[in-house]
Amino acid sequence: MFRKIPWFKFSSPPNFYWLADRLTPWLWGGAAILGIMGLYVGFFVAPPDYQQGDSYRIMFIHVPTAWMGMFIYLLIALYSVIFLTWRIKMADVMAIALAPTGALMTFLSLWTGALWGAPTWGTYWVWDARLTSTLILLFLYLGYMALHAAVDDREKGARAASLLALVGVVNVPIIYFSVEWWHSLHQGMSVTLTDAPSMAASMFAAMLLMTGACWLYSAAIALRRAQVEALEREAGNPWVQDELLGAEEGGDAATAAEASGDLQREVRS
Amino acid sequence: MKKRHKRLAIVLGVLAGAVVATALVLNAFRDSMVFFVTPSEMVAMEEIPDRTFRIGGLVEAGSVQRDTASTLVMFRVTDGAEGVPVVYDGILPNLFREGQGVVAEGRLEGDGTFQANKVLARHDEEYMPPEAQEAIERAGHPSGAGGGYDSQ
Repeated sequence: MFRKIPWFKFSSPPNFYWLADRLTPWLWGGAAILGIMGLYVGFFVAPPDYQQGDSYRIMFIHVPTAWMGMFIYLLIALYSVIFLTWRIKMADVMAIALAPTGALMTFLSLWTGALWGAPTWGTYWVWDARLTSTLILLFLYLGYMALHAAVDDREKGARAASLLALVGVVNVPIIYFSVEWWHSLHQGMSVTLTDAPSMAASMFAAMLLMTGACWLYSAAIALRRAQVEALEREAGNPWVQDELLGAEEGGDAATAAEASGDLQREVRS
Repeated sequence: MKKRHKRLAIVLGVLAGAVVATALVLNAFRDSMVFFVTPSEMVAMEEIPDRTFRIGGLVEAGSVQRDTASTLVMFRVTDGAEGVPVVYDGILPNLFREGQGVVAEGRLEGDGTFQANKVLARHDEEYMPPEAQEAIERAGHPSGAGGGYDSQ
């Protein structure tokens, strides 16, 4: 029974490409809808905070991007374990496709955190455990991408970068628990798995909607990036040709040529 | 099949090694990982450092004295058990108020006052509308500011 599940069906690039093509439009749409709902609830429904007034609203961007930055790193580490153990190339494709989005999310959380810190704490930046470990996370993302690209032999570069991703994953629990383990300027957790969130319901709703939007956006953009990466790596294979010719059969010649031109541009970049 | 298992074992071994190494490093640097010490921890110190450090706690209610002619301000930072008088000359953050969490950076003078050169406000993880806060105060509970200190 366990063996009947097609575990590795979508680890083959053409199957993956087919699935991603069908998933991404829904993910984009969902991200847009949840994002608009989240921003509306965050700006117009959620009440101002009793101490911070309106400045607390930056957490509707800050918290989802911070969560996303940590979660994507966990995903990259998981894909790295799969790649290192089973040598499945699509696992590495997914890992490297997720990395820029993870770095973007981490950067956004640091940036919005600085903008929030200035009016509340009275400083943009301090070297407390939470902030410093999040900065290290950003550097880990950048290091992972740099190492991946630094070695000419893609397989070797991928292995070295996967190892870095694996070792760096110890930083994620440090970020998450830093506010509990050490005194920090950053406040403790408002939302945990065990307790009710310590904020008004409409605030929590806005945060969840924005988190959903972040998830769907990240999934959509990472799948798209992975598609391009797969096309590039498999450029000589028949399924890539079929994919491009298929576009030609479907539409008129002009749009097909345009589409394949787009793909080639994407492949080169 | 065997090769795969071996690789998985190596991967998990590397991960375990990284975890243990990190835990040891963090444990060794435990004292430097904290952003501030509480007044109780400062009192318990065997040796008060002769350099700037940070103390954190709540601004004791009723302790804030402002100089009318300058930006000089005096207040006490407390964690419920111990309190430290703080002297600061400068602009306080918006969220600074009595009963609110605060972190002061500076040195401890010989007379036991803490001469701060920077004061940061600390807020807690509770967010609520003003009406809810008023209702809580009407019910006789103190304002929910500055959670997360050990002695509370």
